[in-house]
Amino acid sequence: MYDKTVRRRRAVLGLLVAGSLILLTAYFGESAGGGLHSVQRGVVEVVSPIQEGASRALKPVRDLVGWVGDTIDAKGEVKQLRAERNALREQAVTGAAAARENDQLRGLLNLDKARGLSDEGPVAARVIGQDPSVWWSQVLINKGTGDGVLPNHPVVSPEGLVGVVSTATSNSAIVTLLTDHRTAVGARVAESGVGGVIEVEAGRPNDLVMRFTTRNDEVTPGQTVITAGTQSRTDRVTSLYPPRIPIGRVTRVDDPATDDQLVHVRPFANMRRLDFVQVLTRTRNAT
Amino acid sequence: MIPITPQLLARLVALGVTMVILQIAAVSQIELFGTNADLSPLVIASVGLMVGSLPGAVFGFCVGLFIDLALVQTLGLSSLVYVAIGYWAGRLLELRDPQGALVPFAVGAAATAVATIGYSVMEFLLGVDAPVSFLLVREILATILLNALISGVVYAIVRRWLLPALPEDPRRRRRRAYTTGGLSPLSRA
Repeated sequence: MYDKTVRRRRAVLGLLVAGSLILLTAYFGESAGGGLHSVQRGVVEVVSPIQEGASRALKPVRDLVGWVGDTIDAKGEVKQLRAERNALREQAVTGAAAARENDQLRGLLNLDKARGLSDEGPVAARVIGQDPSVWWSQVLINKGTGDGVLPNHPVVSPEGLVGVVSTATSNSAIVTLLTDHRTAVGARVAESGVGGVIEVEAGRPNDLVMRFTTRNDEVTPGQTVITAGTQSRTDRVTSLYPPRIPIGRVTRVDDPATDDQLVHVRPFANMRRLDFVQVLTRTRNAT
Repeated sequence: MIPITPQLLARLVALGVTMVILQIAAVSQIELFGTNADLSPLVIASVGLMVGSLPGAVFGFCVGLFIDLALVQTLGLSSLVYVAIGYWAGRLLELRDPQGALVPFAVGAAATAVATIGYSVMEFLLGVDAPVSFLLVREILATILLNALISGVVYAIVRRWLLPALPEDPRRRRRRAYTTGGLSPLSRA
């Protein structure tokens, strides 16, 4: 009985496999107009309307599943696109920062060449910390006494004068900015040679004022103010700052042609966006 | 071997036809994870697991033939592959009678692997001039994975559909006897 069942099973299996192979061979062997192809076409004709009906009936199901799939795909794409956007944004920021740094370093180089600052022992430094207050009084740089940076060394940026080193450690230094109320710089108007002292008005850190001009000193808006350098003929009263470093541009003059006239100057250097500066380490008054 | 009653035969025919139409009209057009599910090997394997090797093989042959006819494919190609699946699943029932909850998933994945790989091999043997690309391998793996995920549901549906036409399972009869207050052989002793 068991043998009979096994034999029967194997026979049927063999028959099915043989039937499949015969169908395959016959299908390959006959032309497109052959019997099997005709049967196939007939079945398609019968089945296709059913398929069409089923397809229409099942369209909502397809749409639903498709919608779910699309939503999942869209969510995946959103994640991917966000990641791409973040990467590109990072690249753009890095690129922009690098370009700005490049401009600044190029500016510093030009400043050296144009104004003969190479004789002043310039040491390039990166600004690594900034005063977060609105007073814009000081920044921290990554060069210190180990690099020859000492207190009272003037600090410049590609745009012009920035300030002076107030404190120096072995590998960093604090630069007191031009916009700090404790800073005073001997200056003159580049076009006319009118002299004075540049200070900052309390509470208006971006507005420098040039004091100690006389009623005969004619100053007009748009003129350029630069450092005066040492004016004294003796070595006892020397300026911290070398001459001819740009400071800013005259914006307006209060009480002109009087002894109380105040020349308002907007600094060239943007104290809020300092990335690189140069410390001039060969000035005479460093301590 | 489970006797093929007219009721079981009718249910198998209805199942096969419905499955093929559903597959062609809907399931094949639904893309999930970059591929689409293939119900045929799952249904054939489920049938084999429930009715045995011989009916499973015959069911596989008929479903394969219907698919080849309806899709105007090379006749006999799907039949050959599906015969193997139906027979193998049936033999699994006859020899091991696996009862684990994960059996449908494992059998579904294996059946899909046999179907996709077997079909691809047959196509290559028949002269499809294409290299075995990474895309093809990925597609096969994705189909196996997707089918494995849905195989439990498919098996449950097939089981629900065929169970009324199957002769009463001795295991079920025994379980019912215990749970409905019948005496167990131990209490009788």
